[in-house]
Amino acid sequence: MSEFIHHQTAHCENGVTVSLLKHHGVDFISEPLAFGIGSGLFYIHIPFMTVNNGPAISFRTMPGAIFKRTCKALDVKVERKKFKNSKDAMTFLDAKLAQGIPVGCQVGVFHLPYFPKEYRFHFNAHNLIVFGKEGNRYLVSDPVMEVTTSISSEELEKVRFAKGALAPRGHLYYPVRIHEITTEQIRNGIKKGIKRNCRDMLNIPGSVAGVKGIVHTSKKIRGWREKLGPRQAGLYLGQIVRMQEEIGTGGGGFRFLYAAFLEEAAAIMQNDELLRVSEKMTKAGDLWRDSALQMSGIYKGRLTEQKDFEACADLLVEISAVEKDAFRDLAKIKL
Amino acid sequence: MKKSEVPQDKSALEYFTREVCYVKNEDGHYDTELSTGWEAKKVALDEAWKEIKQRTFDAREKIKRGESSPILFFMEEKLMDFTVLASYTGIWKFRIKRHLKPGVFQKLNDSVLKRYADAFEVSVNELKNFKA
Repeated sequence: MSEFIHHQTAHCENGVTVSLLKHHGVDFISEPLAFGIGSGLFYIHIPFMTVNNGPAISFRTMPGAIFKRTCKALDVKVERKKFKNSKDAMTFLDAKLAQGIPVGCQVGVFHLPYFPKEYRFHFNAHNLIVFGKEGNRYLVSDPVMEVTTSISSEELEKVRFAKGALAPRGHLYYPVRIHEITTEQIRNGIKKGIKRNCRDMLNIPGSVAGVKGIVHTSKKIRGWREKLGPRQAGLYLGQIVRMQEEIGTGGGGFRFLYAAFLEEAAAIMQNDELLRVSEKMTKAGDLWRDSALQMSGIYKGRLTEQKDFEACADLLVEISAVEKDAFRDLAKIKL
Repeated sequence: MKKSEVPQDKSALEYFTREVCYVKNEDGHYDTELSTGWEAKKVALDEAWKEIKQRTFDAREKIKRGESSPILFFMEEKLMDFTVLASYTGIWKFRIKRHLKPGVFQKLNDSVLKRYADAFEVSVNELKNFKA
């Protein structure tokens, strides 16, 4: 098997998908394509749940879905495994590495030694690739990093068996069978990915998911200052910005990524209408960044009044309208 | 966002990595650019850590006043909530809540304390004899 090549990406799951597929000869795959075929864009404000004592908001689809959908669309068979026992999990990984197979692993970041301490929260849906072993150290390709790194056997065992929500339980995965991929398959993958993403953003019942979810959050924000006090309300906004912009979670970033996907898709599908929607998604991404700036004014303590919270909420309402318009437009395009 | 507008602010990413951003290049096409960080989110992360420090400080005060057991301090310090701690120790949430009472904590046997100590990555002695 050929030597493993590291690819840096904006998001970990896209990165693992891209690197593993490229390793198996799928040269055309890029991060935007993997993200679009996997219908990665989303918004949800999960009710009655807090994460690190703040609101639980996600700007992307469920962990694992992008990899799963992209592989399925390209008819790539994937082997995945979870383990009860950590020793078995390490033995299995060693056996795959001995065969020269790079393996995707789900890990928790709290004990991940090469992450800066500031980023180490109890978040268990990070993904990386283990592509070799030298002595007691595993060679790691972490998609958010510029270069590869390595961690000890004990450290890897610990992060693969992190506990809490979405505990990885040693979860690992790797492609096992890849046929020649036809242009037709890619085109169908794009078509299906777009259709599913339109459904996720426009048609999920209830008020907390998709473009409606963004309005839901805006309503909450209007009440936070009164309900929680300026300090706590500011921290809640800080949490939104971190979920939105922080490394590997990028919400505003995800809008740009989707716009990049639509641009690539326009070339592959030979359909320039997609470029128009790409522009709209870029607009949405820019507005998300504006909202982050407005919110940062509040948690820096520079802005403290109710009207400042209203301004954040108004921006979210505007974003929701822009994304709704973009996805309605996208749903209408005949591919 | 345009390529030329990508923020290059100092952040916790320093000495770790730069992150990939998808941006528009001069020709209006999508491209990638590396960023060292953005001040708006650096402050969000800094504020989150101030809050964690505050919660840890409050936990110490509560333990000093005899209102809580050392478990609270280590929970806050390790950024855990009840769900995470329950998952690491295998002890049910309502039992953990009981163990936060100083009187109940005093009577815990070493095998239960060991489970907490392992989750917090400290020794049983450090946990037992924690001075707030």
